[in-house]
Amino acid sequence: MNQLSDRKYFIIGIFILIGLIYIARLFYIQVIDDTYKLDARNQAFRYKTEYPIRGYIYDRKGKLLVYNEAAYDLMVLPKDVKDLDTADFCDLLGITKEQFLKKMKKAVQAPNSPRRESIFEKQLSPREYASLQERLYRFKGFWVQSRTLRKYPKKIAAHMLGYIGEADKNITEKDPYYKDGDYLGISGIEKTYEKVLRGKKGMRIMMVDVHNREKGSYMNGIYDTMAISGKPLTTTIDADLQEYGEKLMQNKIGSLVAIDPQTGEILAIITSPTYDPNLLVGRARNKNFSMLLKDTIGNPLFNRSTMASYPPGSTFKLVMALIGLHEGVLTADTRYPCARGYPPLGGRPKCHPHASPMDLHGAIGTSCNSYFSYVFKSVIDDKKYHDTYKAYQNWRDIAMSFCLGTKTGSDLANELRGNVPSIKYYDKVFGKGSWKASTVISLGIGQAEMGITPLQNANLVSIIANKGYYYTPHIVKAIGGNENDTLLDRFKVKHYTKITDTAVYNDVIRGMAKAVEGGTAAGLKIEGIPYCAKTGTAQNPHGKDHSVFVCFAPIDKPKIAIGILIENAGFGSTWAGPIARLMMEKYLKGEITRPDLEKRMLEGDLIHKGKTTEEKTTH
Amino acid sequence: MRQSTNNSIFYNVDWITILIYVLLVIMGWMNIYAAVYNEEHYIITDISQKYGKQMIWIATAFLIALIILIIDESFYTAFAYFIFGFFLVLNLAVPFLGREVKGSRSWFRFGDFGIQPAEFMKFAANLALAKFLSNQHIKISDYRNTIISLIIIGVPMVVIKVLQDETGLAIVFVAFIITLYREGLSINYLLLGFLAVILFVMALLVNNMYLFAIIGALCVIAVLFVKRNAKNLFIIAMVGMIACGMVKGTSTVYEHMEPHQKVRIDVLLGRGTVDLKKEGYNVNQAKIAIGSGGFAGKGYLQGTQTKYDFVPEQDTDFIFCTVGEEWGFLGSSVVIILQLVLIIRLVFMAERQRSPFSRIYGYGVASVFFFHLTINIGMTIGLAPVIGIPLPFFSYGGSSLWSFTILLFIFLKLDSHRLQILR
Repeated sequence: MNQLSDRKYFIIGIFILIGLIYIARLFYIQVIDDTYKLDARNQAFRYKTEYPIRGYIYDRKGKLLVYNEAAYDLMVLPKDVKDLDTADFCDLLGITKEQFLKKMKKAVQAPNSPRRESIFEKQLSPREYASLQERLYRFKGFWVQSRTLRKYPKKIAAHMLGYIGEADKNITEKDPYYKDGDYLGISGIEKTYEKVLRGKKGMRIMMVDVHNREKGSYMNGIYDTMAISGKPLTTTIDADLQEYGEKLMQNKIGSLVAIDPQTGEILAIITSPTYDPNLLVGRARNKNFSMLLKDTIGNPLFNRSTMASYPPGSTFKLVMALIGLHEGVLTADTRYPCARGYPPLGGRPKCHPHASPMDLHGAIGTSCNSYFSYVFKSVIDDKKYHDTYKAYQNWRDIAMSFCLGTKTGSDLANELRGNVPSIKYYDKVFGKGSWKASTVISLGIGQAEMGITPLQNANLVSIIANKGYYYTPHIVKAIGGNENDTLLDRFKVKHYTKITDTAVYNDVIRGMAKAVEGGTAAGLKIEGIPYCAKTGTAQNPHGKDHSVFVCFAPIDKPKIAIGILIENAGFGSTWAGPIARLMMEKYLKGEITRPDLEKRMLEGDLIHKGKTTEEKTTH
Repeated sequence: MRQSTNNSIFYNVDWITILIYVLLVIMGWMNIYAAVYNEEHYIITDISQKYGKQMIWIATAFLIALIILIIDESFYTAFAYFIFGFFLVLNLAVPFLGREVKGSRSWFRFGDFGIQPAEFMKFAANLALAKFLSNQHIKISDYRNTIISLIIIGVPMVVIKVLQDETGLAIVFVAFIITLYREGLSINYLLLGFLAVILFVMALLVNNMYLFAIIGALCVIAVLFVKRNAKNLFIIAMVGMIACGMVKGTSTVYEHMEPHQKVRIDVLLGRGTVDLKKEGYNVNQAKIAIGSGGFAGKGYLQGTQTKYDFVPEQDTDFIFCTVGEEWGFLGSSVVIILQLVLIIRLVFMAERQRSPFSRIYGYGVASVFFFHLTINIGMTIGLAPVIGIPLPFFSYGGSSLWSFTILLFIFLKLDSHRLQILR
C-alpha cells in the first residue's frame, strides 16, 4: 500500500503539468499572438464612416456659389436580401424587373460580393427618399445612406469651381484616406482646395453580432471620432461680374480673365462656352457628361482660361516695347517705317495699312507689326551682347519674368505653362548657330511658336498696370473666413519682373491710353474713367484671327485688369474690346451706359450663325 | 460512533473545499450572465433567461448538498450497487421514455427544465467502483478484478454512447483509469494507453509505412540495449506487434468514424484543409474570443465575441471563452488554478482517508473533475478534440451542476468521517 500511495505524486504531477501547459498556451494566444485580436475586431466591429459636410464656397462679397444638398444612396447587402417582393420593390423604385436583376447582379459580382454592401441606386433626391423611406423596412437587406451633393445656386463659374467625382482604384491606392466611392474634387478649386473643403471623416465603431445586427456603439463611443466639417472658401470672384461676363460671352468661343492688379485677386474668370455646373451632379451626371463631351465645336468641358494656349499676338507687342525701352535700344520717339509689312524681309510679317513711319505710341495704337519686328531685331542684335544667343536668352528671361512660358502658380487646377521657345528648341529646328533675329522675327509680334493662356494674358496686363510687379493671380480670398490662412501667404508676395523702371512702363501706358483716347479703342470710351487698352488680333494658322483685347482701369491706381480672347472673331475692337469695356464699367460703376453695345454683345452669336457683318465696322 | 455526540451536519466538513466550490459556482453564474447577457432582461435573477434558471439550479444544488450531508455516511456504502443499478436502469430507459429534444434522446423533460440521467451515472459508477475495489479480498492486479472494474466503467459508457448517442458524457468514464492506477493497476496499461494515443496521432499524420519502419527500428535498438534473454525478446516482439497493430487499427477506426468526428480530429491535428467557416468554425471562434481577451481581458460584460453569438454554445461547452475574453489571461489562469487547487485538494483528502472506500471514491471525484477540465478548456484553446462536455460549475445546466455537486458532497460527507473504516 505504501508503494501505491506514492503514485499520488505522479498523478498530481500530471495534473499540474496539464495546468501549466494550458496556462502557457493561454499566454501564447492571449498575450503573444495578436492575430486573434485582429480577427475579433474584424468580426465584431463595423466601422461606420461619418461623412463630413463639404465646405461651402462664396464669392468675394459673401454670395453663395456652392452649397450641399442631401442625397440618399440606396444600399444593399445581397446576403441579407430575403423574401423580397420584387414586383413591389421595382414599383417603389420605378424600375423594371430587368433593371432590378441587372443591379442585383452588379451588387453580387466582383468587385462587390454578396457579403459586401454596395450602392444599389445612387443619389436619390429627398423626395424620392421620402416616399421610399416609409416602406423600406419591408425589404430586408436594403437601407439608405445619406450623402451630400454639390448644388450651384448661380450656375456660374463651372470651370473655376470644378466638379466632384467618386474615388476610384487609382485614387484609393495613392491616398488611403479615400475609400472606394468617396467623393472628392476632380477639377477646379474643388481639386486644389480638396483638403480644406473635405474636412475630416469621422469613424464610429459599432458592435455587431454574428448575424451582422448592430448592437450599439463600442465602449460607449470613446474610440469614435467625430466628422470635422470642411472649411468654407471665400473666393475672389465677383459673382455679379462673373455672371455678367458669362452672359456677354455666350455663343462665343474664348476666355476672359479679370484681375485686381493691386492684389492679384481674380475677379472673373470666364471660359466660353460654359455649362451649368449642376449638370455634373447627381444621377444624370454621366448622361450630361457625355452630352457635353459630344459638343466638339464649343467643347464646353475644356477650361480655356487656364488650359488653352493661344499666340499672344498684339498683346506681346507691349512686352516687346518694354524690353526695347529697358535695353535702351528704343525710345518713345524712335520711328520705324512700315510698308504693309516689315521692309527688311520683303514685307513679312505683313501689316495692315496705316500712316508710316510712326513713333512708339503710334505703333502701340495701330499695333504695327513692322515696328515691333524692328524692335525685336534691335533687341536680339543688340551690340552689347556681342552674341545672338546671349541677347536671345536675355530677351527670353525678361519675357518669362512676366510669367510667360511659365505657370503663374495660381491656385487654379491644371494650369498650362504656355511657351516662349528656348534656344535649345531653335537649335533643334534650325541647327546650332544657324538662326538669328530675322529667322524668328515673328516672335516680336507674339506669333510663331509663342503661346500663352488667357490667365497669363490678364496677369501680363496686371504687371503693366502695376508698373513692374504682380501678385500671383489667385481665386481664394479666405479659408474658413480667415484671410490670413497660411495657405494664402504665397499670394501676398510681390513678384517683380526684370524690368522695374516705372518710367519704361509709363511710356507704354501712355501708348495704351492713346489707343482709347483716339486709337483703335476710341469707340469704347467709358465716361469719367480714363483707361488703357490695347486691341489686337492673334493670327490663327487654323482659321480666322482671334480677337484680342487687353485693358486696365482706371489709369491711376488700377482696380481691374482684363485680358480677353475670342476665337475666330477678327479684330480686337469688334468683339473682345466691347465685352472688356462693359465688364470694366460694370465692375467700376455698377451700371452700363452703353445699352446698345451690351445688346449687340449679348445677341452676337459667333458659333451658330456664322459671323455677323458688324466686324468690319471698327478696326 | 465516536463523532455521534456531535449532531451538527457540518461537523468536521472540509470548509476549504466548500469555499472553493461556492466560489467556482458563483463565478460560473456570473459568466453565464455575461455570455448570454440580454439588455432587456438585465436582472440576473430573471428566470426567463438562462442566468435566472441557473440561479434556480444553484439553489437546488445547495439544497442537494445539504441533504447529502444530512444522510448518514453508511448509506452510500450500503447502497452503492443499488444506486449504480438504479441509474443504469434510468439510463437504459431514457431513450424510450424521455422526450426527444433537438434530436437528443438523453433527456427527461419537466416543463422548462430537463434532466440528463447520464450525468448522474458518474457518481453512481464511482460509488460502485469504490464499493467493489474497497473489498478486502480484492487485488486489482488480479486480471479478473481488472476486468470487473472495467465493466463497471464500461457498461455505462456503452449504454450512454450506444443508446443515447452522447459521446461526451460517455467518454468521461475513461477518467476512472486514474483511480484504477492509484489502486494498483499496472503502469503498463497507462503506458499502453499513452502509446495508443501517440500512435493514433502519428498514424493520422505520418504515412503508415514509415511508422512501421520506425517501430521496427526502435525494436532493433531495444534489442541491442537489453539483456538478450527469451523473456525480453518476447516482450519487445509483442510491443512491436501491438504497436503495428495499433497503427493499422487506427486507420481502420478512423475510416469507420462518423464524418463529424473525423472532422473534429482533423481540426485538432490540423490535418488537410480546415474550412474555418464550417468544420473549423467552433474552435477558431473560440480561439478568437479567448485570444482577443489579451492580458487583462475586455472587462466584465464587455466581450463581443461571446455575447454576440460568434462563439457557438457560449453558455455551455464553450463557456470558458467568456472567461478568456472578458477576464483575459489573468482571469483564465485564475480559473484554471482554482479548479486545479480543488482537484489536488481532493487528492490530498482522498489520501488521508482511513477507509479505502472513501479514498477510491475521492480519487474518482478528482479524476472526473480533472477530465472535464482538461477536455473542456483544451478544446477551446485547440489542445483537445471538440467533445461536448461541460466545464465543472461554469457551464450552464442543471444536470451537470447537480452531478458535480453530488459527486463532491458525497465525498465531503465521507471525508467528515475519515477516521472511520467504512465498508
